[in-house]
Amino acid sequence: MIDRILVYLGRHVDSYLLAAIGALLVVGLITLYSASGESFARVGNQVANIGVALLVMWLAANVSPHYIQRLAMPVYVIGLVLLLAVMFFGEITNGAQRWLDLGITRIQPSELMKIGVPLALAWYFDRYEAILKLRDFVIAGIMMAVPVLLIAEQPDLGTSLLVAAAGFFVIFLAGLSWKIVTGIVLTALGCLPVLWSLMHDYQRQRVLTLLDPSQDPLGAGYHTIQAAIALGSGGLFGKGWLNGTQAHLDFLPERTTDFIFAVFSEEFGLFGNIVLVTLFLFVIGRGLFISFNASTLFTRLLAGAITLTFFTYVIVNMGMVSGVLPVVGVPLPLVSYGGTSLVSILFGLGILMSIQTHKRLVQS
Amino acid sequence: MALGGARRAELRDHQKELQNFQLRLGLMATAILIVFGALLLRLFYVQVIQHDYYHTLAENNRISIVPIVPNRGLILDRNSAVLAHNYAAYTLEITPSKAGKLDTLINELATVVDIQPRDRKRFRKLLDEGHDFASAPIRTRLSDQEVARFAASKYRFPGVDIRARLFRHYPNGEVASHVLGYIGRINKRDLAKLKELGVAPNYAGSDFIGKVGLEGRYEQELHGTTGFEEVETDAGGRAVRTLRSTLPISGNNLLLSLDARLQNVAEQVFGERRGALIAIEPSTGGVLALVSKPGFDPNLFVDGIDTQNWDLLNNSPDHPLNNRALQGVYPPGSTFKPFMALAALELGERTPGYSIGDPGYFTLGGSHRWRDWKLGGHGVVDLHKSIVVSCDTYYYGLAHDMGIENIHAFIGQFGFGQRTGVDIDGEVGGLLPSEAWKMKRFKQKWYPGDTISVGIGQGYNLATPMQLAHATSVLANRGVIFRPHIVRQVQNSQSGALTTIEPAPVGKVELKEDSVVRVTEAMVDVMKPGGTAAVAGLGAEYRIAGKTGTAQVIGIKQNEKYDERRVHERHRDHALFIAYAPAEAPTIAVAVLVENGGHGSSSAAPVARKIMDFYLLGKEPQVEKAQGAQEEAVND
Repeated sequence: MIDRILVYLGRHVDSYLLAAIGALLVVGLITLYSASGESFARVGNQVANIGVALLVMWLAANVSPHYIQRLAMPVYVIGLVLLLAVMFFGEITNGAQRWLDLGITRIQPSELMKIGVPLALAWYFDRYEAILKLRDFVIAGIMMAVPVLLIAEQPDLGTSLLVAAAGFFVIFLAGLSWKIVTGIVLTALGCLPVLWSLMHDYQRQRVLTLLDPSQDPLGAGYHTIQAAIALGSGGLFGKGWLNGTQAHLDFLPERTTDFIFAVFSEEFGLFGNIVLVTLFLFVIGRGLFISFNASTLFTRLLAGAITLTFFTYVIVNMGMVSGVLPVVGVPLPLVSYGGTSLVSILFGLGILMSIQTHKRLVQS
Repeated sequence: MALGGARRAELRDHQKELQNFQLRLGLMATAILIVFGALLLRLFYVQVIQHDYYHTLAENNRISIVPIVPNRGLILDRNSAVLAHNYAAYTLEITPSKAGKLDTLINELATVVDIQPRDRKRFRKLLDEGHDFASAPIRTRLSDQEVARFAASKYRFPGVDIRARLFRHYPNGEVASHVLGYIGRINKRDLAKLKELGVAPNYAGSDFIGKVGLEGRYEQELHGTTGFEEVETDAGGRAVRTLRSTLPISGNNLLLSLDARLQNVAEQVFGERRGALIAIEPSTGGVLALVSKPGFDPNLFVDGIDTQNWDLLNNSPDHPLNNRALQGVYPPGSTFKPFMALAALELGERTPGYSIGDPGYFTLGGSHRWRDWKLGGHGVVDLHKSIVVSCDTYYYGLAHDMGIENIHAFIGQFGFGQRTGVDIDGEVGGLLPSEAWKMKRFKQKWYPGDTISVGIGQGYNLATPMQLAHATSVLANRGVIFRPHIVRQVQNSQSGALTTIEPAPVGKVELKEDSVVRVTEAMVDVMKPGGTAAVAGLGAEYRIAGKTGTAQVIGIKQNEKYDERRVHERHRDHALFIAYAPAEAPTIAVAVLVENGGHGSSSAAPVARKIMDFYLLGKEPQVEKAQGAQEEAVND
């Protein structure tokens, strides 16, 4: 009886993905316990977050890609409306207008667009699959650019770049000609000075800090320097669980969220990092596999974009902590403390599962 | 056909697009592998190659070294009575870098603890002096109540902390202030000196340093060795736990030859008069008492003297901060005569039986007359009588016959004209003139006339009270020289081992027993009826050898008579007296100087008598009725 229930519940769950996800979540909880100063309350909170996020994943996995495809445009449009609402009615915290108060709860519409943009673009390319022309790519580009600019305007440069990346992955996988890809990359490089002039002071500061953290060791460079000290002092095998001095003596800022990778590195060393990177690679590899074998253009593009976006989060966070990318507020997927990012990540991975398992059902 | 072809083309396109997609996905997979590979290389670089560097940084991050200030050594007198010790008290300290606007902060603090304008001034001064200290005290010695009140509202005052600190205390206040000196906050000059000595690291946590007196001279003994605590701190700088600690080593204790009771008696007897007194134990050179009046309360300096008190001390016409015993120079006057007499006997310049007829003056044949203090002279005077009645004419002639170079050479052996080397800094050397000195100083040759006044301790002659006491002690000790010293022993704070300072004589003046006996006997008769200090010697139960002296403050013209009553108090002569007792086997040698005291017999000698009575007989002096209680003076 129970077996049958489990089989029923697991019908649309990809066991490979689930195993890797589970391992990463456990690593996250272990590290969180240390990073939070051995706080069971924090770990308990995160367990609750995980519960909710896994439920969301399970639901997403059980929704057929057809329904997801139908919901794509509505999600995108709602997201766009909400972004506009933020622009006019949003709350201002820390100098940025990112949140929208709905009365019951506060939401951050830019988070929705991380999945909304690839959904909409995949839907568009799928719809005009047979006759894809340059015009379609231009339209797709505009569909991506509008929310990206709205988010950048809040200002939230980090999220807008991530949304842009998600959109770009769809467009690239849909077959945008290499000439144009090269052109875009070159234009992007050429636009860097323009981007620089459009940046806010704190954003410029982050970039400058990346180039030379020691210039402002107690200010903008503090995060980078302390993270490097945590990583470097961890060495090959780490200081051991709960023994990280950088973490336990409060030197590391944001150590349960964006900088949790530094805590992990300090306590588990380079070997721990290799294990962690392998787990992420497994998730990404499985995602690419699903995308590779997906049956429709929509599911192919969507699975590819979700996987590449997941990779982007991982590399941006790890790059930031290890001092090769500027400090942007991107949590480490599945490991960092926090419900929002966990839910949106597992939602994406749920869609991956749905694509994989429904295709199998169709085939069988 | 055409339809089929179109279909195939569409299918082919579809196939081609799928291949194209899969190719691109493969490219992305490759890119991902490359990027992760680069990330791992970066991690390898940071975690393995740069591991040592970051390991050190992490350790530096968490470990801070906190100095532990050692207890300063105690100062004890020869009977182990405490002259300087330490006690713990709470201070309220402000760290300016953490505090906001200082004025507002202090105003608010004043509502919680009592803060006087002088506290503010002192705080300002400490800040202005630009110490390297992290914090400066706004209040010291808080009462328990104040500590409790502040603790309750501490949250209102960022950068303000209560600290328990050790304070120096001098329980006897003004007594022996010029001997002990004082400690004060380390200023920039002190710091530069410490760096020069290479001991600056030992002062890492110290706020105070010995400034003058024994506290200054024996700073390196008294300070001790600073301990260190390795403390693990969090990012906020709060100590989490102690990893390792090296305990501080307390400073060594100073055991003085000084007798606090004798010192106390001497200061009492001195009363309000200005001047100096030094008592030395001839057989060791140990200083038994050292008085310089007026004194000051060294406790005022301990945590930074406030401007008001400083001005009071610094601007007083009495110069209480000057150590007259070591820094005041005065003509030795007639106290010089016993040494001249010794020189005469030793150099064969006079025989004991040789007499002069004293007309009341001395002349070199010209019109200039060197007058004796006694109008009409002392009649027939031999060496013995010349000391007893303090005949000037005898010594004018003697000095002339001996010549300045002989005087300089012989009397120089007693330490005139050079520092005695007593163990307090700032001593001056006085002046025992010579031909070479005059040539160097005035570019003039020495005239025979210059020698005459030197014979009675006037002319270019200048000596400190310390030098007089030292010379007297050497005489009492029959020529054996001990460098005068105040610290007898240094006691190691850890082992309790005692290091005795200067146990051996440093030199000897060759003297014939006969010469010493003759001079001593003459000095004994000074204290007897017919002698210049007969009143002071009255009823003594032991034999005192003494000699009075008077040092002129203003010159008297050739035909003018000095009249004490007509001269301004500050222009009156200084009174001098040297003595040792018991005459046959001296255990104490004394020199007394009373500024503007008039004659040595009337004001200086009685002081010496009282302290000798106390030292030799344990007789407490009767309380003086008024300043310079007038005893009938035999003239000098």
